[in-house]
Amino acid sequence: MGKEERDPHTGYLTTGHEWNGIIELNTPVPRVIYFFLSAAALFAIGYWILMPTWPLGTTYTKGLLGDDVRKDVTHAVKQAALDRAVWSARIEKESFADIQKDTALMEAVRETGHTLFGDNCAACHGRTAQGGKGFPNLTTQSWLWGGTPAAIAETIRVGINSTHPDSRTSQMPAFGRDGMLPRADIDKVVAFVRSLTHPGAKDLPADKVAAGKALFAANCAACHGEDAKGNPEMGAPNLTDPFWIYGGDAKTIEATVWNGRQGHMPTWEHRLSALDRKILALYLVDLRKPSP
Amino acid sequence: MVAQLTKNERQIALVILLVMAAVGLAMAAGGRNDPFGVHGALVMVVAILGMFGVISGYYAPEPPEDRLDSYYDAPSKFGIIAAMIWAVIGMFVGDWVAWLLAYPDWTFDAAWASFGRLRPVHTSGVIFGFGGNALIATSFYVMQRTTRARMPDQLSPWFVLLGYNLFCVIAATGYLMGVTQSKEYAEPEWYADIWLVIVWVTYFVLYMRTLARRKEPHIYVSNWYYLAFILVVAMLHIVNNLAVPIAWGSAKSYSLFAGVQDAMTEWWYGHNAVAFFLTSGFLGMLYYYMPKRAQRPIYSYRMSIISFWGITFFYMWAGSHHLHYTALPQWVQSLGMTFSVMLLIPSWVSAGNALMTLNGAWHRVRDDAVLRFMMVAAVFYGLSTFEGSFMAIRPVNSLSHYTDWTVGHVHAGALGWVAMITFGAIYASVPWLWKRQAMYSAKLVEAHFWLALAGTVIYVFAMWNSGIIQGLMWRTYNESGTLAYSFTDSLIAMHPYYVARAIGGLLFLLGAVVGCYNIWMTIRTAPSAAPETAADRPVLGGAVLQPGE
Repeated sequence: MGKEERDPHTGYLTTGHEWNGIIELNTPVPRVIYFFLSAAALFAIGYWILMPTWPLGTTYTKGLLGDDVRKDVTHAVKQAALDRAVWSARIEKESFADIQKDTALMEAVRETGHTLFGDNCAACHGRTAQGGKGFPNLTTQSWLWGGTPAAIAETIRVGINSTHPDSRTSQMPAFGRDGMLPRADIDKVVAFVRSLTHPGAKDLPADKVAAGKALFAANCAACHGEDAKGNPEMGAPNLTDPFWIYGGDAKTIEATVWNGRQGHMPTWEHRLSALDRKILALYLVDLRKPSP
Repeated sequence: MVAQLTKNERQIALVILLVMAAVGLAMAAGGRNDPFGVHGALVMVVAILGMFGVISGYYAPEPPEDRLDSYYDAPSKFGIIAAMIWAVIGMFVGDWVAWLLAYPDWTFDAAWASFGRLRPVHTSGVIFGFGGNALIATSFYVMQRTTRARMPDQLSPWFVLLGYNLFCVIAATGYLMGVTQSKEYAEPEWYADIWLVIVWVTYFVLYMRTLARRKEPHIYVSNWYYLAFILVVAMLHIVNNLAVPIAWGSAKSYSLFAGVQDAMTEWWYGHNAVAFFLTSGFLGMLYYYMPKRAQRPIYSYRMSIISFWGITFFYMWAGSHHLHYTALPQWVQSLGMTFSVMLLIPSWVSAGNALMTLNGAWHRVRDDAVLRFMMVAAVFYGLSTFEGSFMAIRPVNSLSHYTDWTVGHVHAGALGWVAMITFGAIYASVPWLWKRQAMYSAKLVEAHFWLALAGTVIYVFAMWNSGIIQGLMWRTYNESGTLAYSFTDSLIAMHPYYVARAIGGLLFLLGAVVGCYNIWMTIRTAPSAAPETAADRPVLGGAVLQPGE
């Protein structure tokens, strides 16, 4: 062996080896390390005895406690469903009107609806359901396909222009692109449509608006109605309220009339249960602010 | 560089580069517009440039015979500079994606700038680019000095370092083009993986050849760890990357494993990459640079033995704790958990051995920021190994899994331990390698230390808070028995922590930039050191040193 020297600071001997100036002390392993090593090993062995841990060919040691996480989680999911059934069974059974009258049930709708909406609808309609460009605001009285709970639930079920066989379908034709109306006429229609929400605006001369009104009656009223208040049977929006999906400025309305619009909402029939869809419909009705 | 090669080595280098250029050409032709073809062209250009380099130095005089009288350090110098460049790139991209998480719109609507493509540039940049280059550079330095033997040739260390950096460049550029096999920390595709195997086996052989030439009768601890790092990383890399390319001209491949077996293989790889790349290799670094800098003996040789074998044995079993509460059978999860718990003891023995080594040198820790980097690294090593074992316990994991707590834990290890020990080792090595009296500016080292420490602490605390809030929000039920928060609600709660984390990361990045400047100025302007003594040279001839000599 090499020269073992005593380190003056710690008082321990060196191992007698040296590498590029590095030496090592031969300090014995402190007792406490053996204690913790044994404690950790004992914990592991205890765990191996109690819980499923070691493979045995095609099976494994089951452990004395017989713990099985798959069974546990199946049981917990079942139990949670039972706990929720106190109110969820009633929501499934009762009519929309009855549920809306029941404050306790509506509390459950609000709590559950918030998360359901956040995880499924907020990506398009926004976290506060106020929509964005191309995505309708759901907190108003203005609903394309009807704002009753039943109508909303049906829209969620089948979607709009979706792949569902019962899908709600509607299309705003491309009046300009497809040559149905010349550019000048579209200008007039746009002026009329803007006059509905901006009566007497300076850039909307009365003669242009009047001409636009006639063109509207001939080309647009079939869907949007004589009074331009829309038709939920056909998904035609109300043009007299301040809520616009794509925008209510002259440029956007003109683009809408020129190129048409075909909005899309997916069907949720196979992604959300009937209960969840019903909760969402009730949640949205509840969320709706009184019309300004 | 070429002047340091012998005539024979220059010829071999030309042959290797010629083969590479041919392979690159074949890849470029076969891959056409596929990213595979782009990488082929890249390989070809690199090889041709290399050939020009070798040819232009081909008729330079051969290196003098007395080159064998001193250690071969030129590759280590290159590796350290490469490590610092990758540190800045990797940390810059890391901070970029940190801001991207806080403000997701900042992608310029470009595919390459999406989080999914930039994030692996960050992880590979810092782990493989920064960490890997630092490990290779210091391992060359340490193995030669602790064996008192020079590396056997001049060509293979260059092949390892340049080849490794080529792998890193192919990996990072591939991610930006969307090339990934979607395995975390093993994203590079099959052709890059094959290249890394060739490089890595050369590295292993080089290390073994140097060890075989050693003049010291005993093998120092650093070499145990470096060797474990090289050997196990080769094994992990090969097994986890077994895959079949969809065509010889395509970057895309499919893994040999599927489903839960694939997940288990990936995390056996992933966790042991933490163990043998990010722990074992850097422990090798710590075991050399810390006692050298502190001028203290290693506290206990016996503790070194216990921790080395404990770490190498227990880590191998622990990977399944990444898959708690998944489709992985319960017994695999609980077995991994028990080994993860036992792993804490040898990990703390290592950290304790390092800190006890500083006994008698605490005044140096106080005065010398380089040594303080190493001390803080050992502390963070202890902290993050405790946290790791804790998070591997299944009920704890049910809270922490998939949350930012995991991200915080990883960075406590990556910033606090891996990067700190690396900066400490680099600051110690640079004056030694370039024969300077000291670093250009001790004050800038001090500034880097505080930037790095502040950055790490801000980062880790932000992610602890964010992760625990996130975990609790995901498991909070309301009176009705349904989840109280949507996922978006938890994102909004995390936003302020994401901003804090990005600021912490920015401080850490600034520290690395300061370090680059300081290293650059040391190389250029610091006064030269005293000439080396016999102890700084390899032992020549057939003589083997006697123990203690």
